Amino acid sequence: MAIHSDEGGMTLVVKTVTRLTVGLIFLYGVYIVLNGHLSPGGGFAGGVIIALSFMNLVLAFGGKKAVEIVKKNAVTAMESIGAILFLGIALLGFTEGGFFRSFLSQGETFKLISGGTIPLSNIAICIKVGAGLFGIFLTLMVLMGSERKEK
Amino acid sequence: MIELYILLALMIVGALAAVEMKNLLSAVIAVGVVGLGLSIVFLLLKAPDIALTQLVVEIVAVIILIRATLNMKNADDWLGPRPLGAVMGAVFMALTVWMGIVVFRSLPSFGNPLMLVSQRYLENSAADTGAANVVAAIILDYRAYDTLGEATVLFTAVVGVLTVMRRKGVKSHGDPQ
Repeated sequence: MAIHSDEGGMTLVVKTVTRLTVGLIFLYGVYIVLNGHLSPGGGFAGGVIIALSFMNLVLAFGGKKAVEIVKKNAVTAMESIGAILFLGIALLGFTEGGFFRSFLSQGETFKLISGGTIPLSNIAICIKVGAGLFGIFLTLMVLMGSERKEK
Repeated sequence: MIELYILLALMIVGALAAVEMKNLLSAVIAVGVVGLGLSIVFLLLKAPDIALTQLVVEIVAVIILIRATLNMKNADDWLGPRPLGAVMGAVFMALTVWMGIVVFRSLPSFGNPLMLVSQRYLENSAADTGAANVVAAIILDYRAYDTLGEATVLFTAVVGVLTVMRRKGVKSHGDPQ
């Protein structure tokens, strides 16, 4: 099965299609995150879509090459950074008098920069969720692949 | 309303197929049918936020489950009949049906929310937070504590997976090198 080989990944057709589409998937995730306070979506869904674009790369090009590009430590660091960002936004609310109090101006509704801290929280949750899910996927994929080789 | 019942019937058939399939890969695909049907149900009930989230999470879940089942050597093995399995199944089925009847009788009718606070959110969210998406305003402003709890749950899950699947401890236990 092509999905099993960790060195080569999948066939040339899959690799070419992945090269063409993976950037669009990534951009769609970024769009969902940045417009989370205007349209359906938000940090969670956008983060999962961004993680899916990376998963697409790993599945198409094989686990070994993906690990050379994206280190597992980087993924776990990104997840922690996302969590700290979200907590930091919550703690900065104390400057306005309370936990999770919005410390930015509300702006004009239906504009991209509006909603106080909601877009910032969306970005923090996106980093956290995307890195977390991709970390789980990478761990399962790489560890299971290396164990099979040892046996 | 009729399309909702068709989708619900499809999801029930998918769930039954997932339980009854002998091949694990086929069972995973049947589970995916249930999740994708659920996302269309959310879309028909006019909850696009939840539909989008359900769709992408279901895709990730199916990918991870397929990876997990493809790696299993004995994916076609069946555990065999369990003693008292039919009796336990019948008892739990009867309990679930009974509790379901009790719970669904006490629910308010479809379209009449139990919580009166939702009307206040709909009327005031744009003025209070400045966000056009009411769902984002609720989960990241009014109910941000809940989102923090959800983020903590996900963080704990990721730490748990990375700890269980770590390579160092597993290797030193198996062969000391």
